[in-house]
Amino acid sequence: MKPGAALLDRAGRLLDFLWSGWAGLAALALLAAAWQAGHEAWGAFILPDPLETVKAAIRLMGEAESRGLLMLTAQRSLAGFVLAASAGVALGLTAGYAPAVMRLARPLLTVLLGVPPIAWIVLTMMWFGTTGTTVAVTILIAAVPVVFVAAAEGIAKRDRELGQMAEAFGYGLAGRFLFIDLRQAAQPIFPALALALGTSFKVAIMAEMLANAGGVGSALARARSLLDVPQALAWVVLTVIALIIVEYGLVRPMEGELERWRRAAQPWGVKK
Amino acid sequence: MQRIGHAYFGQSVLDRIDLDVERGEIVALVGPSGSGKSTLIKIAAGLIEAREGRITRSYAHQAMIFQQPNLMPWATARENIAFPLRRAGVKWRDRSQRIDEAAALAELEPADLAKYPVELSGGMRQRVAIARALAVQPDFVFFDEPFTALDVALKRRMQDLVIDAAREAHFAALFITHDLMEAIRIAHRIAVLDVRGKGVAGIRYLPDAPGKRDENEIFSLRQTYLQEDPLFRHIHDVDERRHP
Repeated sequence: MKPGAALLDRAGRLLDFLWSGWAGLAALALLAAAWQAGHEAWGAFILPDPLETVKAAIRLMGEAESRGLLMLTAQRSLAGFVLAASAGVALGLTAGYAPAVMRLARPLLTVLLGVPPIAWIVLTMMWFGTTGTTVAVTILIAAVPVVFVAAAEGIAKRDRELGQMAEAFGYGLAGRFLFIDLRQAAQPIFPALALALGTSFKVAIMAEMLANAGGVGSALARARSLLDVPQALAWVVLTVIALIIVEYGLVRPMEGELERWRRAAQPWGVKK
Repeated sequence: MQRIGHAYFGQSVLDRIDLDVERGEIVALVGPSGSGKSTLIKIAAGLIEAREGRITRSYAHQAMIFQQPNLMPWATARENIAFPLRRAGVKWRDRSQRIDEAAALAELEPADLAKYPVELSGGMRQRVAIARALAVQPDFVFFDEPFTALDVALKRRMQDLVIDAAREAHFAALFITHDLMEAIRIAHRIAVLDVRGKGVAGIRYLPDAPGKRDENEIFSLRQTYLQEDPLFRHIHDVDERRHP
């Protein structure tokens, strides 16, 4: 493809991606409507109206201290997420190639998944104190299994005929891994990464709240002690916005780039 | 190939196979289902290591066309054709020309090259697979029953395409098929594999060059082989127990 055409193609896909945001906005509007209905049914003390919450969120964003808290949580979540994603992908790919590793890892995963994150928080608090490490390690433990399983399945269920094709044309182990296997494993890995990212934010806030380690979690704890529902909801809204920004600014575009061909399979195809 | 032997889980599937392919020659290997044809071509192409025997390869570049096109679904037809070029060490600036030439040999339109495999029909996908093989300018091509999944008319067009490409690109080939008509149409020589894979049962040299034989000649050769030549007696046997 010529550079001009490639640039146009990319611009087209970016516009397409942005345009698809309308559906997301419609879903958010529905949620806001349900929220408003809840507010009218139960009153402002139980459920403040969405507009008031948004105002509170905007007010929070105006304060440097609140922005710092949000940034701290986002940083911790992202650090934990990157750790979990790297470890999960590396271990998962290994297990995908080695059935024996997979057989050993399965029961361990069941154990890891069976222990609730809150129990891990208590343990990591005792191990690392009320620091960022507690948050990062808890995220690592909570998010690794999801990514691990996806990566392992992606490799185990790969189309082996494609590997044979590459081998017939002279590609060695490294070439087959890079150009064929990794590409196939990416398909289940990306949804798992999106899930792991969500888990990272949730666990980060939970860990911060329990460990009193600053960030949004501590702010939420304060709002709870003051019974300040609008403030608590505003923090939730801000966290969700931060998550959306990371997911749709980082994970989804990467996935969209790799999974471009899937759109060709849709009835309307790829516009050329 | 000299005295090639192979076994799966202790059960011998190939034994004492000797076969040579000359430069620029197309050898069709036929045999009944379950005789180990596919295993043999994979051994010859280096995809499986034989348990016994020796393979001497005196060509520079090999290519392979499989029963399924085996295209990477995430890559366009052009990117699929380009795939082996990186490994073959073709310089970046020469790749585009190589792709266009191979696509022309496989009768692909430039518009098809921008499409993903999912947008192409079965026949078109197999054309892309052929173009991918031709792009490396191979001097040896392995064909593993490449047209089995295609309908009769398409199969004939693909066979003609291979005959023309072989003539223009001067490659030698080992062509696995269970279709005797296809073997007679495409090859210079037909080797028949033993029913149990115990050696090559026999070889028949075909008159004229591929592409020079007319339909009547091909059909009458087929009839002669099937009705009068004991070598071809078992080639249509099917043993489902060995190959479900």
